[in-house]
Amino acid sequence: MNEPGIWLPQASSEAAATDTILIALLVVSSAIVLLVAGLITVFAIRYRKGSPASREPLPSIFARDVEFGWTFATLGLFIAIFAWAASQNITLAHPPAARMEIHVLAKRWMWKVEHAGGQGEIDELHVPAGELVELIMQSEDVIHSFYVPAFRVKQDVVPGHTERLRFTPEKPGTYHLFCAEYCGTDHSRMIGRVVVQSPEEFAAWLTRQPQEDDLAKSGRQLFVRFGCAGCHEGQASVRAPRLSGLFGAPVQLADGRTVTADDAYVRDSILQPKRDIVAGYDPVMPSFAGVVSDGEIAGLTAYIRALRAPADGGVY
Amino acid sequence: MSDIPLRDVRLETDPHVGFETSYLGEGFSLWSWLTTTDHKRIAILYLISTTIFFFLGGAAAVLIRLELFTPQGDLLTAEAYNRTFTLHGVIMVWFFLVPVIPTVLGNFLLPLMIGAKDVAFPRLNLFSWYLNIIGGGLAVAAMLAGGVDTGWTFYTPYSTIYSNGHVSLTAIGVFVAGFSTIATGINMIVTVHTLRTNGMRWFRLPLFVWAIYATSLIMLLSTPVLAMVLVLIIAERLFGLGVFNPDLGGDPILFQHLFWFYSHPAVYIMILPGMGVVTEVITCFARRRVFGYQFMVYALLGIAVIGFFVWGHHMFTSGQSMYASLAFSMLSFLVAVPSAIKVFNWTATLYRGQITWEASMIYALGFVGLFTMGGLTGLFLASVPVDIHVHDTYFVVAHFHYIMVGGMVSAFFAGLHFWWPKITGRLYPEFVAQIAAGMMFAGFNLTFFPQFILGNLGMPRRYYAYPPEFQVWHVLSSAGAVILAFAYLLPMAYLLWSLIWGKRAGDNPWDASGLEWQTRSPPPKHNFVEAPFVSEDVYDYHPENAPRGSGADDRRYDDRDIAGEKADAAESGRRHRAAETPPATAQARRASKTREPSDGEGR
Ligand code: HEC
Ligand code: HEM
Ligand SMILES: [Cu+2]
Ligand SMILES: [Cu+2]
Repeated sequence: MNEPGIWLPQASSEAAATDTILIALLVVSSAIVLLVAGLITVFAIRYRKGSPASREPLPSIFARDVEFGWTFATLGLFIAIFAWAASQNITLAHPPAARMEIHVLAKRWMWKVEHAGGQGEIDELHVPAGELVELIMQSEDVIHSFYVPAFRVKQDVVPGHTERLRFTPEKPGTYHLFCAEYCGTDHSRMIGRVVVQSPEEFAAWLTRQPQEDDLAKSGRQLFVRFGCAGCHEGQASVRAPRLSGLFGAPVQLADGRTVTADDAYVRDSILQPKRDIVAGYDPVMPSFAGVVSDGEIAGLTAYIRALRAPADGGVY
Repeated sequence: MSDIPLRDVRLETDPHVGFETSYLGEGFSLWSWLTTTDHKRIAILYLISTTIFFFLGGAAAVLIRLELFTPQGDLLTAEAYNRTFTLHGVIMVWFFLVPVIPTVLGNFLLPLMIGAKDVAFPRLNLFSWYLNIIGGGLAVAAMLAGGVDTGWTFYTPYSTIYSNGHVSLTAIGVFVAGFSTIATGINMIVTVHTLRTNGMRWFRLPLFVWAIYATSLIMLLSTPVLAMVLVLIIAERLFGLGVFNPDLGGDPILFQHLFWFYSHPAVYIMILPGMGVVTEVITCFARRRVFGYQFMVYALLGIAVIGFFVWGHHMFTSGQSMYASLAFSMLSFLVAVPSAIKVFNWTATLYRGQITWEASMIYALGFVGLFTMGGLTGLFLASVPVDIHVHDTYFVVAHFHYIMVGGMVSAFFAGLHFWWPKITGRLYPEFVAQIAAGMMFAGFNLTFFPQFILGNLGMPRRYYAYPPEFQVWHVLSSAGAVILAFAYLLPMAYLLWSLIWGKRAGDNPWDASGLEWQTRSPPPKHNFVEAPFVSEDVYDYHPENAPRGSGADDRRYDDRDIAGEKADAAESGRRHRAAETPPATAQARRASKTREPSDGEGR
């Protein structure tokens, strides 16, 4: 990653088009700023109090004509810039029929991606270079905004709406993914990366990805490896709640609240166990923040989700 | 105005007597201040309250910049940071930027400038100060009780369903303050319509008055929408209404439409008064009639009107229809045209002037430069493809700070320095003030210019921790903020100092035109001892060495010469001139020239 320097890489076809307009605006604006600053400086020196410069009445062109002149010049210039910038939108609004659709679910504070083949990713998006990609995005809670600076694209994800975002990645590499719409406490942690791969690499990557079942299987391994099983299963010495049937069910908390065990709850339980203590248990579960990665949390969650009915326990 | 006593003869012999008979001497008890209906004393109340809010908001800004010095979130927690920037935004927008110029300078000067004894509704004026204080008190109480973490924009459904801060209390505070704004707006509009003194025609009004007038129109028309949207937020939080809640069939985007329908016009509430101030200052220190007076008036009104139709440019990425986006984009380009005209006219006003660099002039020219940059970056944001990239990044943060802090706050300081001698009767140390003005300009640019680069590099706003690649620009910005903070504290110090040790200002230390300079400093309770009569055009400055009888500009009206008639009017005007004799030079200058009809004449 490490993109920022002084100018971002142009990693999508939109990037180049946007930059062209941006640079044109930069040139026009700099010219106007220099003109205004230059005139102020020149006048301030030439017409400083008591200087010998002439204070004859203004030349006759300096009348209403000048005023009309620069009004219409500005108007014309601004309308021209508008029309030029607008033309890019109009082109983008009519996409070719062939495009790769990827579903994105935004929620506090993560991006869940699901490829057409069922491959899932968290806070990460793999896309092939040179292909038109369309993200179909929904939000589970508040407004988020999917922003990839290197692509110059951004789309708010509004709950209750289905938003679409199209772009054509061009340059292989790894780029920042940010949530650009303020969404609460960990807004600044709702970040990830977008990996642009060559079509071949991307195809290989897709086949390597575990599907949801595989995710749960790997989750089972993690459950043992991180020692969760030591407390949450069998004849543990510590008293900890069984997790079978937990997912999707209401949980009574020690402070009287009742919450539904969803992805966010499981995630919180792992990262900030002291926040929601289950009624009747001691707060002895350690925090795994910084120990398990987001991907591993997804695996653990998939495993816990798969433990729906008590009888299912230990299927994997 | 026959009820006003004739002028106090003592004043003519001893200029140092006067304080007791000025508005400041009307009463010294706290009670006399808290129950005053004198527009000038109410302006002082507002000056004190807005200054307190400014430093409160400023303290939050310091915390924000300190946190962003390093990429990790080390100084504040995420929660605390979110509460800090919300406090900063809410206080600065609604309790400083919106009220400050209309209620402090506008209150003090508008009646003086049009030759009135007071505003149209003096008691409403006091009431609106109380509303402002109650609103501010509620908002600050919410902040102290644990804060709000929605940002000043209160976007739904975060603010209505998810936020656990004191959203309702803050919203009530802003709601109450909104009525204060509306009351001030009504007061100003009615005052300008009904209380102009004899001879003060519409096109003789100083542009500051026009600016306050245009601002008041916007306040009156847009603030009720804010009130409405805040009530909906409160209702949704307290009673579970579903106007914005998608789970109940509501739409979060509706909130954005309503909010920006108020808030875009509100940004013009924040800038138009500043434009008025700098016009007064630049004409005075360039000693020129403003270039294109009428265009300046039409530009103000044009901005006020078109400003109501551009709100959708805040929503280009919200999923709004492309056609809507393009329409809003075009209207946003249009609204920039009158802004550009104003910049050109200020610049042209300098041409063939007699320019001096008093502190207020430095602030005012700083305003022109920084406003130009803010306005031009507005064009970037008005171009849909570019905005899609930089929306909700530091580019937007830089854009609006260039206009609101670089522009509006500079304009406020320009005005505060320019009229300080009138308000207090004292002069501040000019050289220190010039240093402070220069520092503010430099510190401002160092703080906010790097943010344009940050934004274009993709740094999102409202992040308390960020990828380390961005750090160098954040460090520059934080360094600038230190200079800026110092530059804001400095005037506080020397202005207070001048209250006691400052030299007496005299009535017209800048040799400025305008009715407010023709009464005493500080002005008496009813402003003028005798109702002034206006016979000449506004900004009647001429180059001191202009040949007798030559006009400064706009000579095209010569064919409609009505000089004889004007000379008579001028004569009677001088006889009826207010309070005190203008300083000798000004008097000589006035007497030695033939009045030239200009732009605004005879409309
Ligand atoms: C030291 C023993 C211990 C370990 C190790 C441990 N937990 Fe826990 N866990 C607990 C206890 C005790 C509770 C109940 C109190 C609470 O809510 O903090 C709990 C609660 C939970 C809950 C909420 C359960 C409910 O009924 O609502 C989840 C989910 C959970 N743990 C998952 C995990 C996962 C995943 C791991 C491994 C990464 C793990 N735990 C490791 C002891 C432990
Ligand atoms: C000169 C014409 C102007 C144009 C064309 C313009 C354009 C824009 C646009 C398009 C945005 C939206 C950016 C985004 O969120 O992506 C914006 C934001 C903003 N502008 Fe301007 N602007 C102009 C003048 C002003 C003025 C005069 C002010 C204030 C005094 C101002 C204050 C703001 C503020 C506060 C925001 C950001 C609001 C927020 O999201 O918190 N602008 N401007
Ligand atoms: Cu976010
Ligand atoms: Cu706007």
